[in-house]
Amino acid sequence: MLATAEGGFTGHYLDAAAGSPIALAWLIPVVPAVSAALLMIFGRRIGRASAWIAIAAVGYSAVASALVFSYLLGQPEDGRNFVTKVVSWLPVGELQVDWALLIDPLSAVMLLLVTWVGLLIHIYSLGYMEGDEGFPRFFAYLNLFVASMLVLVLGESMLVLFVGWELVGLCSYLLIGFWFTERGNATAAKKAFIVNRVGDVGFMIAMFVTFATIGSLSFSEVLPQAGGIAAGAAVAIGVLLLVAATGKSAQIPLFVWLPDAMAGPTPVSALIHAATMVTAGVYLIARMSPLYATIHDAALFDVGLLVAWVGVLTALVAALIACAQNDLKKILAYSTISQLGYMFVGVGLGSQAAGVFHLLTHGFFKALLFLAAGSVMHALHEETDVWKMGGLRRAMPITFATSAVAWLAISGVPFFSGFYSKEEILAAALDTPGAGLIWVLGALVAGLTAFYMSRWFFLIFLGESRVSEGVHPHESPWSMTSVLVVLAVASVGGAFIGVTPGSYVRFWLLEHGWLFEWLAPAVQPYVGEEALFNEVLAGFVVIAMAAAGIAAAYALYLRPVDIVAVRARLGSLYQAMLSKFWVDEIYERTVMTPGLLMSEGMAEFDARGIDGFVNGLGRGTHKLAQVGRRVQTGFVRSYALAVLFGTLLIAGLFLGGTLLGR
Amino acid sequence: MSGVPVGWYIALSAALFTTGLVGVLIRRSIVVMFMCIELMLNAVNLALITFSRVHGNHDGQVLSFFVIVVAAAEVTIGLALIVNLFRLLGSTDADDPDRLRA
Repeated sequence: MLATAEGGFTGHYLDAAAGSPIALAWLIPVVPAVSAALLMIFGRRIGRASAWIAIAAVGYSAVASALVFSYLLGQPEDGRNFVTKVVSWLPVGELQVDWALLIDPLSAVMLLLVTWVGLLIHIYSLGYMEGDEGFPRFFAYLNLFVASMLVLVLGESMLVLFVGWELVGLCSYLLIGFWFTERGNATAAKKAFIVNRVGDVGFMIAMFVTFATIGSLSFSEVLPQAGGIAAGAAVAIGVLLLVAATGKSAQIPLFVWLPDAMAGPTPVSALIHAATMVTAGVYLIARMSPLYATIHDAALFDVGLLVAWVGVLTALVAALIACAQNDLKKILAYSTISQLGYMFVGVGLGSQAAGVFHLLTHGFFKALLFLAAGSVMHALHEETDVWKMGGLRRAMPITFATSAVAWLAISGVPFFSGFYSKEEILAAALDTPGAGLIWVLGALVAGLTAFYMSRWFFLIFLGESRVSEGVHPHESPWSMTSVLVVLAVASVGGAFIGVTPGSYVRFWLLEHGWLFEWLAPAVQPYVGEEALFNEVLAGFVVIAMAAAGIAAAYALYLRPVDIVAVRARLGSLYQAMLSKFWVDEIYERTVMTPGLLMSEGMAEFDARGIDGFVNGLGRGTHKLAQVGRRVQTGFVRSYALAVLFGTLLIAGLFLGGTLLGR
Repeated sequence: MSGVPVGWYIALSAALFTTGLVGVLIRRSIVVMFMCIELMLNAVNLALITFSRVHGNHDGQVLSFFVIVVAAAEVTIGLALIVNLFRLLGSTDADDPDRLRA
């Protein structure tokens, strides 16, 4: 990890040349959006062909993204940041927000990830969602999601990014609750949306503060001026954006929605909750890196360090929980939370390229793991308990082989991509003064990751079969396995994105590869200088932790070391891990119950107080009328008496008037 | 003419008027109530003529004519109504027609 000559954040933004892929880039989110609308309206009539329409739409976006990327490659290094305005949106006094695209190296790599992984998952869904009666609706929502994520990634203004941010939250809701007839699925979808919303409050307030201090929400204006704003405001924005990111990227304290989100179809889990939507928080912090760099250099409170701490603590807690879970998708969900924590460490400590590197490799191998899980679930009639699996390596060879690649990648075994990206992040921790404890915890998490992923892999594919009676697993169709193979290749080849080919082999001495140079004009790294010897030593320590994790899992799950005894030894720690440290229960007691009480109180007040008041007015009028109607006696003589009184009154007034006048 | 003081005429008029008024309020028979109304009208006539004499012009007497004519017309219609009411209810008690009671 020797320092290479990397360029810097320039803050200049160019206009796109007419006819270039950049000028037409607005089609990249629009085509899937149109396709989604089409499928939502006509889906039922189109039937099975809707999958092909959806695939074509995402395919267009994927090819267009590749063209954008190759165009950028052809530009000189400091001429790669483009802003394309599509149409004006909010010209309101001082605030000018346009539908505009920001295309620079960072958004280009995100584009490639979102569109190509999205395309693969669309193809996988052909096989996975076969026969489901919501087939067209699924592809409509998938397309809508891809369009929303593209808006998020391409947005030139914080507000446009926020539009995409909210839309992906919506799509997450729609897709998690896809089989909405099951109550649990609808509840999980609501939980995801509501918890995300809590984070969104942070985003909105951050936008308010940004507008108040800088006077604009456009990245092309905010980012170059980030160096000049007051320290207090900068810290506020940084912290608020972190809050928003914890909601979207499932970190402490807002991670509780992700495990429940596994109620959705597995392609959804792979696309949204592994590769793309949850990475939006990491993307946001990387995008705002000039701000975090300013805070790091100037202010009292290093928000970037806070980001890293949130990340590593989440990684630790999630890894512990994952070790005790028995549902194969839940294990992967907690693993995702944990790996996202790593990404937060990367971007928080100022090595955005390391964070994005892990984002990319994780996107590949985690999507692969989820899709493999889907393949297994399909073969076993939707079984999710790992204790009812085992020995599947014979019945599902392709799934087995590709899962093995992903397992090795995530466990941090050299020659697979995960090792390199994880190492880069931990190196950043080593290079930052004061982040030594983060490195220690990160290494511990690496060991835990190796342990629980090996457990996952061994219990599903190796050993003896514990499959239930009458279930005969078989390999999945080509539409699913082909995608697994492609992702497996990416899980190995992805390493070359971030490290040089030389250091791929010489893995104890990693050198920053292509990605670090590529992202230089788009982000502002502020990680410290690198110390050679420490990193070599540290690298071997991490490899040793990974090996220990795999060995421990091997001992527990492939050799008859008594599981029950180990669980007894761990005692309450095991119970805590299994019960996910009771986060949901804690939230229920501290947040939900008071909230429910308050809303019930309000409802009572509305029913009794306000309705009572309005009804009371009615009743009062009624009583008044009851009294008043007694005048209408129907007797002629009482009317005559009334006339007499009236006459006397008027006579009296006259008399009084004349007397007073006198 | 020799002076019966004006006050006495007015006092008589007032007494007649009051008698009629009280009669309207107290008596139960519709026909008697009617007669009391006539009494009130005549009391007013007396007052009008008295003041005509006091002022020395004929204004009060002319107005009296009006009152007499109106009273006559009113009696016509009133008695017709009473006859119809009797045919409907079978009694001339003023308290019996109470259909307008709320």
